[in-house]
Amino acid sequence: MIKTKTAPIETETAPIEFEPTQLGRRKKAETKKQRKLCIICSKGSLDMAYPPLILANAARMSGIEAHLFFTFWGMDIITKAKADDLHVATVGNPNMHPMFHIPTMLGGLPGMSTMASNMMRTEISRLGFPPVPEFLDMLHDAGAHIYACQMAMDMMKLEKNDLVEYAEVLGAMEFLEVADDAQIIFV
Amino acid sequence: MSAQNLSILDTLAFNDEGYMTDRTQWTEEVANAIAEDEGITLTERHWVVIHFARKVFAETKDSPTLRQITKQTDVSMKEMYQLFPNGPAKKAAMIAGLPKPTGCI
Repeated sequence: MIKTKTAPIETETAPIEFEPTQLGRRKKAETKKQRKLCIICSKGSLDMAYPPLILANAARMSGIEAHLFFTFWGMDIITKAKADDLHVATVGNPNMHPMFHIPTMLGGLPGMSTMASNMMRTEISRLGFPPVPEFLDMLHDAGAHIYACQMAMDMMKLEKNDLVEYAEVLGAMEFLEVADDAQIIFV
Repeated sequence: MSAQNLSILDTLAFNDEGYMTDRTQWTEEVANAIAEDEGITLTERHWVVIHFARKVFAETKDSPTLRQITKQTDVSMKEMYQLFPNGPAKKAAMIAGLPKPTGCI
């Protein structure tokens, strides 16, 4: 057995700190301020309806407060008679995906928009996303708040019972009160 | 938080978001300890979700999305938010010893 002389312990130096260990569950930092997201939905075409709904749902899934304010064409998304029949524009839409590519001159033919919209709906459901009315119900169940713009309702001659039943009617100033301290996205 | 549960968690590896890094070490006891650390007391309904999540992961190598859970079990969206407040799909995956779900829905 080889005896080695150990170096004398230096008592003057600072005590050795433990290496941070990989084991154990990291203690969460003190809860930071509750995040809050407000999305203004002003577009009612099929392609513009999904992004705010997906974002609001992602917010709820991440424990973030979500408020959706529907105005102008966005009202169609929460109008019961229209929500399940949103369309994508086939004329004047430079982003028509190659898959549904329709030249503008043909896009105006009867039924073109319906056909393209049905194709898009099929693609959306293939990806596991629900149709718009079911998506709204899901958001409501997830605790997202749904607001309708009073002025847009007046302009489109909509009554409260034309809208999904959990929509609350608000004016722009009231919405700003709701949106106090929130991150706001305009779609 | 009991000292016994703390010691279970202290013997396992977690990433800095609090997800287990070695799924093979997961046991129901571990699930209880993680849940307790997250402030959740597991009930029979939580276990429905946890077992479903582990089954999906075994088949697809991906943690289930919230929509998969609510579509394929009898747990509704509302109930998921009650069972696992502040991030239902994430918390369910976390307690089931799985990685963070990546799906958007």
